[in-house]
Amino acid sequence: MLRIENLSVSVSGKEVLTDINLEIKKGERLAVLGPNGSGKTSLLMAIMGFSDYKITRGNIIFKGKQINGLSIDERARLGMGIIFQRPPTIRGVRLRQMVNMIKHNDFDTDKEAKGFNLKGFLDRDVNLGFSGGEIKRSELFQLLANSPDLSFFDEPESGVDLENIILVGKVMNRILNKNKDNAGLIITHTGYIFKYVKADRGCVLLGGKIHCLGDPKWILEEVTKYGYEGCITCKGERITRKSRVKR
Amino acid sequence: MQGRKNNKEVPGKEVDIKSYKSKAEEKPYLEDLREISSDQRKNMLSAGVDPSHQGRSGTYIQIDHSVVHSKSLYPGLEVMSITEARKKHKWVDNYFWKILSVDADEFTKQAELQPHQGYFLRAKPGVKAVYPLQACLFLNENNIIQNVHNIIIVEEDADVQIITGCATASDVRRGLHIGVSEFFVKKGAKLTFTMIHDWAEDVSVRPRTAALVEEGGMFLSNYICLKPVKNLQMYPKAELIGRGAIARYNSILFAHPGAHLDVGSRVILKSENSRAEIISRVVSGGGDIIARGHLKGEARGIKAHLECRGLMVKKEGMIHAVPELEGSIKDIDLSHEAAVGKIAKDEIEYLMARGLSQSEAQVAIVRGFLDTTIMGLPLELQKAVDDAISACEQDAF
Repeated sequence: MLRIENLSVSVSGKEVLTDINLEIKKGERLAVLGPNGSGKTSLLMAIMGFSDYKITRGNIIFKGKQINGLSIDERARLGMGIIFQRPPTIRGVRLRQMVNMIKHNDFDTDKEAKGFNLKGFLDRDVNLGFSGGEIKRSELFQLLANSPDLSFFDEPESGVDLENIILVGKVMNRILNKNKDNAGLIITHTGYIFKYVKADRGCVLLGGKIHCLGDPKWILEEVTKYGYEGCITCKGERITRKSRVKR
Repeated sequence: MQGRKNNKEVPGKEVDIKSYKSKAEEKPYLEDLREISSDQRKNMLSAGVDPSHQGRSGTYIQIDHSVVHSKSLYPGLEVMSITEARKKHKWVDNYFWKILSVDADEFTKQAELQPHQGYFLRAKPGVKAVYPLQACLFLNENNIIQNVHNIIIVEEDADVQIITGCATASDVRRGLHIGVSEFFVKKGAKLTFTMIHDWAEDVSVRPRTAALVEEGGMFLSNYICLKPVKNLQMYPKAELIGRGAIARYNSILFAHPGAHLDVGSRVILKSENSRAEIISRVVSGGGDIIARGHLKGEARGIKAHLECRGLMVKKEGMIHAVPELEGSIKDIDLSHEAAVGKIAKDEIEYLMARGLSQSEAQVAIVRGFLDTTIMGLPLELQKAVDDAISACEQDAF
């Protein structure tokens, strides 16, 4: 579905991602773990094509097509979608209008809004005065309406209380399970979300570089035990050892 | 120094009054508005005036210098030409030039020296009309001047909505409209006044407007100018002279290439606990806009806010926001916020990430920016306004 080859990205002249190689297969869910400021969001922004994120080297290949030069909307229409951590406010554009512009035909806006506890928000300006949890629900609501083949989740659990994290997990599963080929890239620094959404593979991003690739459960265990500092010295060896033992 | 010069309140860009024809052909009175031409009907509709009377409490239509229709459909509402009103009620003269000065500028003088009618709208005490009254001032002949003097009186405890639409026939290019309007909102009364301007590329417009709001009265004024116009200058003023009086001005403007709009709103809060709000949203699609606002607090316990947002969508054009606050007593609360800028990139890219093209995203953002829900427009008007906004979008991108 998505292949990233030797990708380096810079923002206002400063390199934020260095020589990234990643692949997400059809139907697969990849978890990217890493502390704040490690380049996780930059990775999503670069894949989506946001103008501040300049590709200095490498390729992004989506559905077999090199998309380095495509605009954001062209990428979205090819089947990518994203939930943002801090989306901008769009004054005068109601959430209902927004969803109706982007939704698939089979999406019942009013009915779904009820399930998201967003009924009262449909006639409010997009993101205007929304709390952290409300933004998260609204973003997921839009993503479900849009129903992309490849979904990017930027810190889906951040700012969400316990009650809502279950809802977040449910919706993520709905989006990812809608078609068997649907894939996802989930970014998190805590990993809490994996209690509710299963990831197939995981990796650690540190200082703009991929540090290890493997079973997300093991990675999370290691990170919990040694912290992200542990990843700097380990360079993925412990994970490699673990998978060898398993074999 | 250029900025200082612009800051000064001036009658706007030079207009040569003598270059317009002062005589227009006499138009017959129409008892039945179905006789109105389809071109006129179309242009009136786009200015929010519906010649079928549907959902209206009364109608006044003036074409060039002739009153072609005036009728009230609701008891307690008076709708007539200003000449007729002066004949019918001796006291109407007392309202003439009561809150505007006849020698304020060359345009007020012109309106007095060479009057071409105007409307008289009055709600009798306690009358609450469900449907709005409508008035249309129409330019049908090219190159003429139209000077009108309007008087609007909402008597004690009455509540009325008025829609006025100013429009031109499709083949009119050039003209000058001078509109003197004096509003009187009496004790406990409420007036919602919505004015839509739908002129042509080479029409100059000089409204001269003032309102007097008494105790507990409420004056809501909405102004929408989204269609091309050559140059427009106005600075309507409301004086709040009774305890707890309220004035609110909402303006939505779009300046097409070559247009010069100098538009402001001013409220003088003269009595205790009065309130005011001035909100403007202006878009330069290549033309120039000076967006003014002035709040003057002269009494205890007043509260007023001024908000001006400007959006530049083209390389050409200019927006100059001039908000002014003036307090002459303590225990007042005056505030303002102003912002001028282009469409934020993060907003465009956010919408693009949802699959909207760049131009679709820009259209959605400008449409949202020009959101009219704050105006609480009569439902009947919404379509005309939505259509005008759509037309702007096509011009803008």
